[in-house]
Amino acid sequence: MNALKTILLRREMGILVVIILFCLAVGIVKPRFLALDNFRTMLMLVPLIMIVAMGQMLVIIARHVDLSVGSTLGFAAMMTALMFKTAPDIPWYLGFLVAIGIGAVLGFMNGLTVIVFRLPAIIVTLGTLYLYRGLTFIASGAKQIDRQFIPGPLKAMSANAPNFWFPWILIIALAVVLITYWFANHSRLGRQIYAIGSNPVAAPLRGIPVTAVTLTVFSISGALAGLAGIMYASRWGFVNPSNTGWGFEFQVIAAVVIGGVSINGGVGSVLGVVLGVLLLGCVSSALPLLGIPGTVQSAIYGLVIIVALVIDQSVRERGIQALTTARGART
Amino acid sequence: MLKRTFVAGVAALGLAVTFASGAFAAGHDFKIVYIGKNTGNPYFDSITGGFKDACAKIGCQFEFVAPATAEATSQIPLIDAQVQKGVNVIAIAPNSPDAMNQALDAARAKGIMVLAVNGDLVGNESHRDANILPVDFTKTGPNQVELMGSLIGYKGQIAILSATTEAPDQNTWIAAMKKTLESDPKYKDMKLVATVYGDDQPEKSTTEMEGLLSNYPDLVGVIAPTTVGVAAAAQVVQQRGIADKVHVTGLGLPSEMRDFVKDGTVKAFQLWSPYNEGWLAAYFADGVINGTIKNEVGAKFDVPTLGSITIGDKNVMNTQAELTTFDAKNIDDFSF
Amino acid sequence: MTTEPMTSPSEPITPSVTDAAPARPLWQVILIRPVMMTVVLLILEPIVASIFWPQSIDLQYILSTFTLTAPLALMALVLTLVIISGEIDLSPASSMALTACVFAAVLQAGLPFPLAVVVCIGLGFVLGLFNAFLVVYLRLPSLIATIGTLTFYRGLAQVLAGDASIKFPEWYQGLNLVTVLGIPVPDLIVTLAAILLALLLSATIFGRQIYQTGTNEIAAQHAGIRTRLIKTALFVTLGVVSALAGMMFTSQLGTVRYDLGLGGELQMVLMAMLGGTYIFGGRGSILGTFLAAWLLSIMTNAMNTASWLPATQFCLLGVLLIVSIIITNFIYSRTQR
Repeated sequence: MNALKTILLRREMGILVVIILFCLAVGIVKPRFLALDNFRTMLMLVPLIMIVAMGQMLVIIARHVDLSVGSTLGFAAMMTALMFKTAPDIPWYLGFLVAIGIGAVLGFMNGLTVIVFRLPAIIVTLGTLYLYRGLTFIASGAKQIDRQFIPGPLKAMSANAPNFWFPWILIIALAVVLITYWFANHSRLGRQIYAIGSNPVAAPLRGIPVTAVTLTVFSISGALAGLAGIMYASRWGFVNPSNTGWGFEFQVIAAVVIGGVSINGGVGSVLGVVLGVLLLGCVSSALPLLGIPGTVQSAIYGLVIIVALVIDQSVRERGIQALTTARGART
Repeated sequence: MLKRTFVAGVAALGLAVTFASGAFAAGHDFKIVYIGKNTGNPYFDSITGGFKDACAKIGCQFEFVAPATAEATSQIPLIDAQVQKGVNVIAIAPNSPDAMNQALDAARAKGIMVLAVNGDLVGNESHRDANILPVDFTKTGPNQVELMGSLIGYKGQIAILSATTEAPDQNTWIAAMKKTLESDPKYKDMKLVATVYGDDQPEKSTTEMEGLLSNYPDLVGVIAPTTVGVAAAAQVVQQRGIADKVHVTGLGLPSEMRDFVKDGTVKAFQLWSPYNEGWLAAYFADGVINGTIKNEVGAKFDVPTLGSITIGDKNVMNTQAELTTFDAKNIDDFSF
Repeated sequence: MTTEPMTSPSEPITPSVTDAAPARPLWQVILIRPVMMTVVLLILEPIVASIFWPQSIDLQYILSTFTLTAPLALMALVLTLVIISGEIDLSPASSMALTACVFAAVLQAGLPFPLAVVVCIGLGFVLGLFNAFLVVYLRLPSLIATIGTLTFYRGLAQVLAGDASIKFPEWYQGLNLVTVLGIPVPDLIVTLAAILLALLLSATIFGRQIYQTGTNEIAAQHAGIRTRLIKTALFVTLGVVSALAGMMFTSQLGTVRYDLGLGGELQMVLMAMLGGTYIFGGRGSILGTFLAAWLLSIMTNAMNTASWLPATQFCLLGVLLIVSIIITNFIYSRTQR
């Protein structure tokens, strides 16, 4: 047990060390990077990814993957925005229920297709990526929902309120993280998700309701993507059928994997994912500050993903080695 | 066997139809298509509106298509499809100055008129028949600098937030802006400290804007000659509540900027009327097809509501002379 | 509870041929396969299209527009082999863009054509080798590793070329306009490649070994198959082929920008899936992917001619993908293959 704990701790420590080193390095070149208000700027880059990454983490731990989160985000955002446009008298906070609900339904449909037809989630969600995006276009008539239709109080959630240092959407993201932490580590359903991911064959034999858990996991992923959808409307003040959520899934999966969640399932921690998201946020905000032209940013992003994977893999292999030698030593 | 004969038969028919309808003899019910840069872009909805209304008056058949993404080759299949359908005029807002040369040449070989609308095939003008631009692009830069100057009292540090690094329109304007700032003594106290690129993406434009604010704490103005950029910059300023300190202006759509103007975040910005581009293009096509307009440099012709239009160098036409300035007084007069 | 033994202990139980399960009728073996689904769609589609959008069923039109899909189809054919071997590679489109940009740049810098070709293909080799290094030797999960390399390679292309278009010399342009017996050369190249790869897969030991590697890598290793070498060879081949595809594509366009083939990875996976390739490895066919590439091209033509907005096209593609894998899985689970 001790050996296991050390390994886990080591993995998150690894990411933390990378973040600290990166920030120090950038800070030496550009001291403004370490300023407090830049910290807040950087934080504002992450709430959407953070929220969706929590859901994606659960899906990947369960040994699936959800490539459709970007399109789910877009669809939920668009439906909510359309609701605001056509019925401006509806209280704006109802938008949250609508967005989360729609997201949950889309996620549920993903899970259902995976379970009923016994299909690999990667292909199903690839298909729904296209399908949901198409539906978003059709629903909106390929038109953007402009700023004036998004309720003021919703947009204000992303602004710096004079009394509060943190905008509301950061607080919401933090809440989602904390809830996911509790859920993954201290609830029965959470432990069942880990079980299914580590050994899908053994799990039903142990009485775990695989179908129910899988459906739940996908629905959660969808619901969180829906929440991120309405947060998108809050943050940017408009919803566009082509751009909203486009390409999002890659960023989220990258953050989750960097955070130490194994693509083979069964392993992963909330802390790791949070650190992974923060690392990507740091990198994203540092690049414009350093004056690195946009043309270089993709290359750096890709490199960061590869390096993180290699580190993750070597940590895992060393961990397995440590485990086996420890076991060998004990016998 | 049956399938092959069937396909061959339909193929022959298809070819015949294509060839027959390519070169339109005369008349007003020609088929015109506008290929936008990508779908879901409100700017092109405006241009499409102009096309539609003009065609309603002229009697032509209009269609709008666009690819999902604005990458260089995404419009080629659409061009091919429209040629196959037998349209008479292809109007296009090109995603790339040269990737479509072959496709456009094939279209023109079939007698189809090719118009570049809202953007040009820079360096490849021989592959299109004419170009319709909203304003004289050489004046845009100076206009924007003057507007910025008037907002900040003609002194202070300013920066430019542009689209992509190679966007030909933006680069033309920025080059003119720099020249104006250097040569005109009126702007001697204004200093351009940085030019950054937001790639016409809201997220990227926002991070670049934040970067500007962090790197240049004494910044008093940002010019963003791109609708996505100016909206993103205004949003940052609004969310931080620093509208009195940092003035944002640029080229923006009234529909996107209305909120910012109303709450004082943005005092004024400029644009032209995209609607007029579609309008002019349709009337131009109609005139050339029916022989009432000659597509030559120096030719003049009249268009309803726009007045007299002159065909300039390289067959370029403008819908209006100068930019329109939008501010709190007139923002509600516009519906795009 | 005791039962009487079926035979007395002294008699050995010998299985006889008549006890084996009856072989499936030949017509079933031929017709009930995932690739038939593609064939059915390929026959149905033109019929449907000819009713609604007759202009799209023009043979010349179909052949000439396929030239735009040809580069992706070429890469999808080799990608099928990679998937059958149990891995996946999402980076070929980005490799194509990077090698094409380098190719254009060295040509412009004055390098003689043969040397430029060597550079281009050599780079493709290196990019494929890097993928192989990450997946086979570092044992990174291929999905994420190639997402990383796809971002990285595309980013390198951007660093090299910026947002600018690099032009190709006049004499290089127009490969797709060259026709042999009325068929554009790119289409012929893809068909030739399909025939070669299909022969490789079905008629050589190497091909058999690819299937075995994908079915159960550990079992294959124990059987003496050098799985790591096979996978490395496949990744490298995909890298080289993506360079070739880039050369083909740029001849048609006459120019290249970093965003060449952006989003192409999804289309390639779509072709492989529509062709009945099993995502977990061990099953699939070149014929299927080949037919699927044509199917996609024809369908996109019809949708474009009908002026369907990308939105509607997306919906159809998404549904088609899901339905096709349902059918593929169903057939595979009911048959021994």
